[in-house]
Amino acid sequence: MQKRFISIWFQHLLADWQLIRRPELAEIPFVYATPSHGQILITAANRLAISFGIEIGMRAADAKAICPGLEVLDDKPGRPKNLLKGLGEWCVRYSPTVSIDEFGLDGLLLDVSGCAHLWGGEREYLKEIVRRFKSKGYNVRLAIADTPGAAWAVSRFGKVTPLIPSGEHVDALLSLSPEALRLEETVLAKLRKLGFYQIKSFIGMPRSVLRRRFGENFLLRLAQAIGTETEVLVPLKIPVVFSERLACLEPIKTKTGIEIAIQKMLENLCKRMQLEGMGLRTGILTGHRIDGKTIQVSIGTSSASHSITHLFKLFQLKIDQIRPTLGIELFVLDAPNVEDVRIPQGEMWCPRPGLNDNTVIRFLDRVAGKVGAQAIHRFIPASRYWPECSLEKTASLTEKASAPWRTDKPRPTELLKFPAPIEVMALIPDHPPKFFIYKGVRHLVSKADGPERIEREWWLDHGEHRDYYQVEDEDGSRYWLFRSGHYGGEQRHKWFMHGFFA
Amino acid sequence: MDTKKDILYKLKQDILLWQGFKHQSSGQADCIGLGEMENLFPGGVFPKRAIHEFINIQPEHLAASYGFIAGLLSLLMENGAACVWVSTSRHLFPASLSLFNVEAERIIFMDVQREKDVLWITEEALKCEGLVAVVSELNDVSLVESRRLQLAVETSGVTGFILRKDGNKKASTVATARWKVSPLPSVNEEGLPGVGFPRWQVELLKIRNGNPGSFILEWAGEKFKEAKKINNHEIWSDLGGRQIG
Repeated sequence: MQKRFISIWFQHLLADWQLIRRPELAEIPFVYATPSHGQILITAANRLAISFGIEIGMRAADAKAICPGLEVLDDKPGRPKNLLKGLGEWCVRYSPTVSIDEFGLDGLLLDVSGCAHLWGGEREYLKEIVRRFKSKGYNVRLAIADTPGAAWAVSRFGKVTPLIPSGEHVDALLSLSPEALRLEETVLAKLRKLGFYQIKSFIGMPRSVLRRRFGENFLLRLAQAIGTETEVLVPLKIPVVFSERLACLEPIKTKTGIEIAIQKMLENLCKRMQLEGMGLRTGILTGHRIDGKTIQVSIGTSSASHSITHLFKLFQLKIDQIRPTLGIELFVLDAPNVEDVRIPQGEMWCPRPGLNDNTVIRFLDRVAGKVGAQAIHRFIPASRYWPECSLEKTASLTEKASAPWRTDKPRPTELLKFPAPIEVMALIPDHPPKFFIYKGVRHLVSKADGPERIEREWWLDHGEHRDYYQVEDEDGSRYWLFRSGHYGGEQRHKWFMHGFFA
Repeated sequence: MDTKKDILYKLKQDILLWQGFKHQSSGQADCIGLGEMENLFPGGVFPKRAIHEFINIQPEHLAASYGFIAGLLSLLMENGAACVWVSTSRHLFPASLSLFNVEAERIIFMDVQREKDVLWITEEALKCEGLVAVVSELNDVSLVESRRLQLAVETSGVTGFILRKDGNKKASTVATARWKVSPLPSVNEEGLPGVGFPRWQVELLKIRNGNPGSFILEWAGEKFKEAKKINNHEIWSDLGGRQIG
């Protein structure tokens, strides 16, 4: 099918927007200005101000001199883009693919292939859009053509008709000035200097000549306008493939009602995903309330799933967070993130339970939905000696350890988060202590092993090494103590308790 | 008379089976490696479909309980199964589990903020048939909550271990077994210096349909070893400080 594009140009975007907000400005010339390089420059002006001879880029002081009674308003960077985004989202009613014109930041580009007949032909379609914008208060110029570049050019510089029939866009371009091609100012200046006032005067020239004079970008813009190079429009809203809508006759207020709605949408969604062999990774349920607000809950799974019962259970955990207030009239269930479902091979022998067991994964999804995925982790051995660093936290179920667990050195079953200082009496330096006082209780040591010296990772942190002793007191409790650094320093607390053995 | 006795015996065995206890004749594979101690359990088999409660007051006892549970997990997790460890304040050092033949990477740790979440996760985990055991560090379980956990266990067959810090509220749960593990001085072979194998006084304070008892056990490198028999069955009762013979 022949592609068709519409370019919408907002002639006075900021001024129109300001007039809608403050209608009393209609009779007053006003401009937007922003400080730049130590002077205040005009960024936008209304029709009245332009009629006085004020131009964009002029100094505000000069403008005030030309036009007495000029109102200067502060401009905020990024405002046109925000405005265009809002207008673009509204334009989704005309076409699913709406993108902001990034070159001038004063218009929209719509991919309207196959849309126009819904409004009774292209002429009616254009009229409808202009009328709606006009009734809102925006002055727009439109053009429809086979390429976004041609539509852009005609909307801004076209003098004959905004409706360029299919296949005639090149002819329409011929009589336009080079500015219509979306070129940089330096290239335009060069073209003017060489006497090219119309596109037709250089369109037939050999490419190599044009490239040498005006650069690669010039050729690209030309090709985009003619249509030999496709221009990709980035849509404002990327359509979600797997999405379900459920409109309700009566607003839904109860938990049971919401549950039925979720169940119904999941049935359709899962059936579609099953046919395509896909599974849901993230799901977003949006409820449009009758007071105009929307509420959202989202779920995530750790492996793709299209099981209705499982996904329903995940949503069930979130229902409490939905505040229906007066009622929800429209439910939308989106699956923005889907993946291929891994269908497990049927086990011939008795199933071996393990980490990738289906029921375990579903259980983990439920826990992640309830308390958050950050609570769930596994530990794999790290090849480091320092006790606090000898483990590596991992959130994935499949990550394998690079090294096996060490079994050659004793490690306590209970490790204190921070070593606790203790008082110690040792007979000879480098001997295990004779007794130690931990939390005010005196423990007499009867058996001891050690020392096991563990050096700090000097390339990462500085400090003393540790000499670890495994000691057993007279009651049979086993402790892991260490002395920080060499014996005989000035520091008082050099001994620490770091854990309890089984 | 004999027939009546037989019928009664048969009936008892059936009741045990319904309650989730397996009979010894169902196979030696169910041996958990506790040696003589297993005779205390109903039918002589460690009850896997059950909640085991451990009372720990001091951190030394907690460390000993960790060790004992790790020893039990090594047999439960033998076939590559996964285990869940839920806690609000976990002190377990996973690197030590390798000394008890447990592959710590097959344990899924869940560290949450609230006690309520621990309880919820414990119940959900106990319902999950793909797991083999759930270790839960709970301070406070009410009768109703423990009953719910027990019901979850009976349908799924997951073994539940609950580590409780508060010893005073011990009478109010319906756990199948209640344990107390306290460390004992290790004993070395003749003339060897240093600390020997970890040795514990393992007290089975309460066991449904079984006999409470107390044993001295040692983790001898790769399995439990009974150190010596204690003849006087001095048992710490559920009801206050009362001693029962």
